[in-house]
Amino acid sequence: MKKKTDTQGSDVDVETTVNLSDLDSFETRTMARREEATGERLRVAKAYKMYVGGAFVRSESGRYLQVKAGDEKGADPGVVNVPRGSRKDARDAVLVAKSALDGWSARTAYNRGQILYRLAEVMESRHQELVTSLVRGGQSEAEASGEVDAAIDRAIFYAGFCDKYQSLLASSNPVSGPHFGFSVPEPMGVVAVIAPESPALLGLVSTVLPVIATGNTVIALASEKDPRTAIVFCECLATSDLPGGVANVLTGRATEMAPHLAKHREVIGIDAWTGDTALREALEREGADNVKRVKTHAVPAAPFWLDDRRGQGIGWLERFLETKSVWHPVGV
Amino acid sequence: MSQEITKVTAPLPFTRKDVAEHALDFGKSWEYAPSPEATDHFKIEPRYELFIGGKWRTPKSGKYFATTSPSTEEKLADIAEGNAEDVDLAVKAARHAYERVWSKMRPAERAKYIFRIARAIQEKSRELAIVESMDGGKPIKESRDVDLPLAAAHFFYHAGWADKLDYAFHGRRARPLGVAGQIIPWNFPLLMAAWKIAPALACGNTVVLKPAETTPLTALLLAKIFEEAELPPGVVNIVTGAGETGAALVNHPDVDKIAFTGSTEVGKRIQRALAGTKKRLTLELGGKAANVIFADAPLDQAIEGIVQGIFFNQGHVCCAGSRLLVEESIHEPLVRKLRDRMATLRLGDPLDKNTDIGAINSKMQLEKIAALVDSGEKDGAERFSAPCAIPSKGYWFAPTFFTGVAQSSRIAREEIFGPVLSVLTFRTPDEAVEKANNTMYGLSAGIWSDKGAKIFWMAQRLKAGVVWGNTYNKFDPGSPFGGYKESGFGREGGRQGLSAYVELDG
Repeated sequence: MKKKTDTQGSDVDVETTVNLSDLDSFETRTMARREEATGERLRVAKAYKMYVGGAFVRSESGRYLQVKAGDEKGADPGVVNVPRGSRKDARDAVLVAKSALDGWSARTAYNRGQILYRLAEVMESRHQELVTSLVRGGQSEAEASGEVDAAIDRAIFYAGFCDKYQSLLASSNPVSGPHFGFSVPEPMGVVAVIAPESPALLGLVSTVLPVIATGNTVIALASEKDPRTAIVFCECLATSDLPGGVANVLTGRATEMAPHLAKHREVIGIDAWTGDTALREALEREGADNVKRVKTHAVPAAPFWLDDRRGQGIGWLERFLETKSVWHPVGV
Repeated sequence: MSQEITKVTAPLPFTRKDVAEHALDFGKSWEYAPSPEATDHFKIEPRYELFIGGKWRTPKSGKYFATTSPSTEEKLADIAEGNAEDVDLAVKAARHAYERVWSKMRPAERAKYIFRIARAIQEKSRELAIVESMDGGKPIKESRDVDLPLAAAHFFYHAGWADKLDYAFHGRRARPLGVAGQIIPWNFPLLMAAWKIAPALACGNTVVLKPAETTPLTALLLAKIFEEAELPPGVVNIVTGAGETGAALVNHPDVDKIAFTGSTEVGKRIQRALAGTKKRLTLELGGKAANVIFADAPLDQAIEGIVQGIFFNQGHVCCAGSRLLVEESIHEPLVRKLRDRMATLRLGDPLDKNTDIGAINSKMQLEKIAALVDSGEKDGAERFSAPCAIPSKGYWFAPTFFTGVAQSSRIAREEIFGPVLSVLTFRTPDEAVEKANNTMYGLSAGIWSDKGAKIFWMAQRLKAGVVWGNTYNKFDPGSPFGGYKESGFGREGGRQGLSAYVELDG
């Protein structure tokens, strides 16, 4: 091996000879890992893709991010490629979310609840897979298991809320005069969610489910640190009777995609959970173009998300609801 | 079996053409081929015991009574007759489960048990619907499309409340009451069990349920579901029996709450029995609902609503639209259309998917209906009964209405609880309000008009717990149901329904 200067003038290592014993040791290492992991066969690695319109897709840009596996025991090799979503991916996802909106918001509240309950059932059946994914993202087994439990229970919580918040937020209005007046909550429309970096699963579940529970549709940006767990969660969404396009999850850089979502006129709300204060400010500013409902938050620590009194509740539903007041005359 | 009961003893007294003057007469080709549900994919046990403390127990009395199919008069199973001792055992089991397990469990975990029950009902809904129709006589299309989906929905809905009670009472803290004794009627056996059990469990109470003696089977199949869902023993106990069993439950000193659905007469007796005790009570009793048809109503839709309102479940419905108040100017065309429509109703085998009108629930009920119809005829009202063939076995009553009914007539005042409609007329909206409210009952009402303002005007003035505008007999777990006046007190369903099962501070 010797030093060589490349076109930019920096030194790079160049192999000049092939050392067969190096290859042997590579072979041995790989075999050993494989045998340790599976006993006898090479497992098939999964291609991780974004979830848009009910389908798993690569980025139209063809770009990718590499994520290291924290644990070599899984099926995947040490490094996996995850799509790095682009501005166009974000715009495509908005169109899909927009076209899913009418159908989803017209579902009965009971039906939305049934579908979220089904989601919880599917998540429970993939409990171990979700735990494994979080562990590979760097968590301990115990932490990961607790996070998955909490995420499933959160899905149950919102499943049961789909047909209840109306009776808590609506009113019969005692207007003066011969009119029957009432106010009812209605979904806002397409909402963008920038999910927190961590917790990768519970953060995504806690931010996305209250938005879709009320009949909105969502484009969510997954945790950059552990996008794979988000994708495993999308596999739960995909098998839960949730119509395609209701929840769309993009992977990549929030700093790159979120401002485009903030500018997009078909997006009516943004729920951004990021420690990046410059990004938060940019979203708040760009959102003003179409008077977007922009909610920005610093990312709270894990206990916040695990707490049933803070990490979930009716306030989460109310944030992306409109109130409609209806007047009707009374008389013969 | 199902083939046999659709046989008729005598030829039809008249053809469809005789009744419906503008109807096409297809002669024999009008008849449908029989389309009965198969019953070979499940088994009704020959005998059912009491479900107490998570176990099936023989009754202390050693006595059993038969539950029969009202459409075939055949025995379906022997049912344990619970006495005061059995009730005491059930209350003890419920108290134990309340104190040790159910009231201490995290509400979110309680919710998950109730969700499990809802799921199991969905999974077994076909079997449950068939048994409901066999045991109670209601048409399979109703048990399949109404009773079962609603029963599952009630469990599903209330499961979601279990961990959200802090939201339901405007900041007031809700505590469970303890042991709830629940007595339910025979008209919607499984659905009434769901209406009672689901909110009680969601609010953290435990239950002793007594199903009606003529229709105990689906409640016992529900007990099987509780077992399979691994609901902690004693959380729900089911004690079958008749009036005496119910009385033992009402009078048991360690019951904190009684919920009763049934006749106003029995409701009053229960209310008296609880005087001087600290027991809480909710009552869902009889009705004599006015279904008000204005001249500007969409008539064809109204006809469907009238038929649905009174003939749904053979009229065994406490909120049935049994008094039709028709604006005088449309009385004649409306009655003609109603006769035409009634001539198409198909009465017969409850298990046949084409059946509109099933069997009357019991011989006793059939006699009661017949007696009231006789009194209507004696009072001089004009009777029309649909021209349907009556099967040779079982208890049946052809859909019937009376015109020229006086407000003072028994058929205008008393709950018939059968497929019998009394038609009265009115001239002004004020008169309609006056007549509609001229009853001791106040459970429900219907209003038909194309003018929304008129519907709301009328709805404001009707003394009834549920008012349907341009529709009838709509039910949803999210919509509170219950009566004004002698139709009872308390609501079932919705946020308001939870109040029946909690103690609130403040």
